Amino acid sequence: MGDVVLASLLLPLAGAVAAAVAPARRTVAVVTAAGQTVLAVVLAVTVLRDGPVATAPGGWEPPLGIALRVDGVAAAVGLLAAVVVTAVLAHACASPASTGPATEPAAGRSAYWPLTLLTLAGLQAVLVAADLFTTYVALELLTLGAVALVALGGRGAYGPALRYLCLAVLGSFAFLVAVALVYARTGTLTLDLAAAALPPGPALTTALGLATVGLLVKSALFPLHAWLPDAHAAAPTAVSPLLSALVVKGSFVVLLRVWTALGGDAALASVLAVLATGAVAWGGVLALRAAALKRVVAYSTVAQVGYLVLLLPLVTPALAGGDGVAVDVARTAWQGVLLVLLAHGLAKAAMFLAAGTLVGVAGSGRVADLGGTAARAPVVVTAYALAGVCLAGLPPSLGFVGKWALLDAALTGGRWWVVAVLLGGGLLTAAATARVLAATLREPGPGDGPPPGTPHGREEAPGATALPTPRAGERWPALALALLAVVTCVGSAWLADLVLVGAPPGVGG
Amino acid sequence: MSTAEVYLVLGGVVTLLGAVRLLTTRDRLAQVIALNVTGTGTVLVLVALAATGGGEPDPVLHALALTGIVITVSVTGLALVLVRRLDREDDGG
Repeated sequence: MGDVVLASLLLPLAGAVAAAVAPARRTVAVVTAAGQTVLAVVLAVTVLRDGPVATAPGGWEPPLGIALRVDGVAAAVGLLAAVVVTAVLAHACASPASTGPATEPAAGRSAYWPLTLLTLAGLQAVLVAADLFTTYVALELLTLGAVALVALGGRGAYGPALRYLCLAVLGSFAFLVAVALVYARTGTLTLDLAAAALPPGPALTTALGLATVGLLVKSALFPLHAWLPDAHAAAPTAVSPLLSALVVKGSFVVLLRVWTALGGDAALASVLAVLATGAVAWGGVLALRAAALKRVVAYSTVAQVGYLVLLLPLVTPALAGGDGVAVDVARTAWQGVLLVLLAHGLAKAAMFLAAGTLVGVAGSGRVADLGGTAARAPVVVTAYALAGVCLAGLPPSLGFVGKWALLDAALTGGRWWVVAVLLGGGLLTAAATARVLAATLREPGPGDGPPPGTPHGREEAPGATALPTPRAGERWPALALALLAVVTCVGSAWLADLVLVGAPPGVGG
Repeated sequence: MSTAEVYLVLGGVVTLLGAVRLLTTRDRLAQVIALNVTGTGTVLVLVALAATGGGEPDPVLHALALTGIVITVSVTGLALVLVRRLDREDDGG
């Protein structure tokens, strides 16, 4: 099985190289993504049946070699990544305009295919890396791919891309220093061994603090989120879903591993609880107020990162050697948050694809100009609505199952503020979705509709006078992802078992 | 305070200075340079940490520092491309 792990890492890398040089870029990219999905399914089934899979290519152990390990979280997020990338590539095939403006230099649009696969490879590397240094390198690979993808947005996207690059690399430096501190104190780069060898004290607190801050910049936790709405909204339609659904999850998974392995820190956990609450509130309110549709969706990601970070304060008592109740709370919260993570990945990808398509159909990026799009693009609006249902955590959806488990954990542990955050955040998300849906259902007023000339982000048939409608290939990937986000609640028990495989002992894994 | 510890503190100071400049300046080229200063400070911390154990310096941390340098170079390349594109945008090109 070790070979499959290695293959899941090398396939997207090889695909990226092939897509960069081969003439049939799209075919190479789609075939690679489909192959990656098959590998991800095999890995998920294997991990669920036989437990975590570990391997060290060439027989070299860290610190000299590279250790790979697939636990339940890695298998689940890897599967999410493969599915999302496949759907997004299908959308990109149907709509060349979604990969960047036609005014880009010739290399711009064709770079989309290899860069997407490079980002997929980076994420897979982050997920399967078993030692801290490989994790650092993988995070950088992921960042470089993501920044280049943002820059495909052309004019207006370079600034946000540069800002994203600077902040993400700053975060990486903090993580690198943390890794070096851990190694200097313990002599090992393997997280579990390092955790066992590192006694509580200033060194551990410093390393944990640096790693947490660095990774939270990359995951865009409030108030370190300022780069995200600009970057995610400026990116082309077929890029934003990858960034919001996948890229921010990579650094979060690393944070989860470092935090649980090093035992957490009660004081830092209280700070994170406040910040996570702030993220849900701030992201929710700004999503409700943003004028541009893509910024509505981007701010919703800020809020969702808040839900994810809620897990850290909830597992900390169990890591500190809490009683049976604390372990119960930690296990339920772990399952809940990871289900929320998967649900957000599927739903947010669907929502961003739908939003990008609606912007093209309306000919304007503003929510206020969406009037009449529900009649012209009913499938796309339905996809947006279903994704909104999942993000708000309404039944029946995967988001509901995840939030329910999180609620259960909060009630069992007596963390009443978490209940308030979950309910308030859900209301804000539902309101933001309802606002967009109301705008799409309005009759187009005078002055609405596409402005003269080529509508933004779309290629129109010359002489077309009819209002634009989405192409077939632009409708179905978003709807498929949104439906998946809803119907996976049926298999959620399976997913909840999967994410517990290889979870840290304090969480009952 | 041993020599290694002096360098450790120095590395921390350089990292902090670079980070502060990176976050406060609006000049794009200065941002890229500040990013490199931060990277240099980080590498200094790594090399100093390798020497704090006493005896022979630890080569593994040196390998980490080297990889960090290589990554910083490629990041700088990407950042410079973006800066050039932005400048061309400002010129109306």
